[in-house]
Amino acid sequence: MTRRPPLTLVLPALLAVAFLAVPLLGVLADAPWSDLVGRLTEPAVTEALRLSLVVSVLALLFSLLFGVPLAWLLARVDFPGRTAVRCLVLLPMVLPPTVAGVALFQGLGRRGLLGGALESVGVVLPFSTAGAVVAATFVAMPFLVISLEGALAGLEPHYEEAAATMGAGPLRTLRLVTLPMLAPSLAAGAALCWARALGEFGATITFAGNLPGTTQTLPLKVYLLLQDDPTGATAVSLLLVAVAAAVLFALRGRWFRPAR
Amino acid sequence: MRPARRRALLALTAATAALLTTLTACGGSGADDANGGGGEEEVTLTVLAAASLTDVFTAAQELYAEEHPEVTLEFSFAGSQELVAQVEQGAPADALVTADTATMDGVAELTAAEPLVIARNALTIVTPPDNPAGVDSLDDLADPELRLVLAAPEVPAGRYGRQVLDAQGIDAAPDSEEANVRAVLGKVRLGEADAGLVYVTDATSAGDDVATVAIPEDQNVTAEYPAAALTDAAHPAEAAEFVEWLGSDEARALLGDAGFQAP
Repeated sequence: MTRRPPLTLVLPALLAVAFLAVPLLGVLADAPWSDLVGRLTEPAVTEALRLSLVVSVLALLFSLLFGVPLAWLLARVDFPGRTAVRCLVLLPMVLPPTVAGVALFQGLGRRGLLGGALESVGVVLPFSTAGAVVAATFVAMPFLVISLEGALAGLEPHYEEAAATMGAGPLRTLRLVTLPMLAPSLAAGAALCWARALGEFGATITFAGNLPGTTQTLPLKVYLLLQDDPTGATAVSLLLVAVAAAVLFALRGRWFRPAR
Repeated sequence: MRPARRRALLALTAATAALLTTLTACGGSGADDANGGGGEEEVTLTVLAAASLTDVFTAAQELYAEEHPEVTLEFSFAGSQELVAQVEQGAPADALVTADTATMDGVAELTAAEPLVIARNALTIVTPPDNPAGVDSLDDLADPELRLVLAAPEVPAGRYGRQVLDAQGIDAAPDSEEANVRAVLGKVRLGEADAGLVYVTDATSAGDDVATVAIPEDQNVTAEYPAAALTDAAHPAEAAEFVEWLGSDEARALLGDAGFQAP
């Protein structure tokens, strides 16, 4: 019974699908399938993979630690400057990551705003794994905050109100009522945040530099492999595409659910 | 309703076609930009050039345009390996200039003629202007506390840097291996690195933003810059002419001003 969709919409939509699919098909077609395991278990690749996992998981933990409270505040408290804070959170999502890297230098680099203070307590971020974590957190945390804030705003308020009338304080309500109800959204936000941290390139190579074992994560490895060994670059790209696809498959439409 | 829909579809198709045409035109695929009969053809030459040539080639652009008004030069600067990778992937380009002969030899089958060495370069140590770590010789680069930045071993500047250090038996541990030599210079300029190894010409271009510590000639290396037109060039004649011009006295003077040595 469904009417045939108008060709005016179908044609450009098909072009869009082809446009998005062709480059990925290119990676699949060009991947060294017979030698894939060998290439992905090369020490240089496993080292970058290990570092990528460490950096992205730490970035996720920091994002949860600071991002969940921030999302709650943005959704539940009407404080002055809330819109400005929300824009600030969105900014790293739309900034070119290299610009994020430059900004991190000016803020947290040795000669940045807080660089002197950090160095006096022995923390030097550029060219260190900690710097790579900072860069990844800077670009990835907004994904968690924004998706969680959206979920909080869409939550029926009467469960929380009921908890409050039974004498639970805001923290207790958050822990026993709100967060359990938000678990699926929280998981979705965390997965996106982690995937973004795993794929982080521009801010990392700008702010943290590129040193195997210390700051050379998988995306940086792909970039340098492309200059030396394009087939190896394709193999590692395939790995990252597979990880990203797995995250999206696990989410299956949980991100930005249509408003109810 | 149907004619309206058909009109909309037509309009959309036309718009899509127009958009695609614009895209292909922007791609500079070498489609003839002939401006009618008679006068000379307008040509845009795409030249892939090593990152260390950024300043001098940008300056050369104007000079070349005065002598060849029909030719517009378009440069794409990157690490030599990256450029070679682009050429191998079939990026549309007319000429290639790299920062060492090894990278150029890697694409020997894609160059139209024997590459012409247009200039030589050497390495130097750069530090922030106040030289906070007090670096005054190559030996100082071995200090593990020093925040040293080198180019990645994949790019010529990185290979040369390791050659220089290895020859002196210096066991340097870099804090970062940048993807091209300009990024090394950037980190030193920002004051994030205490020292870096870059080409003499990079140090010249940074002026007072960095201090230099010269490397004695007998400990230094010589980088050769070969230039060649590419077999897939859209404008092979103009590309060959440009490469020839790079070997001229005029181009040599310009390169000399930028700190390059004559070939």
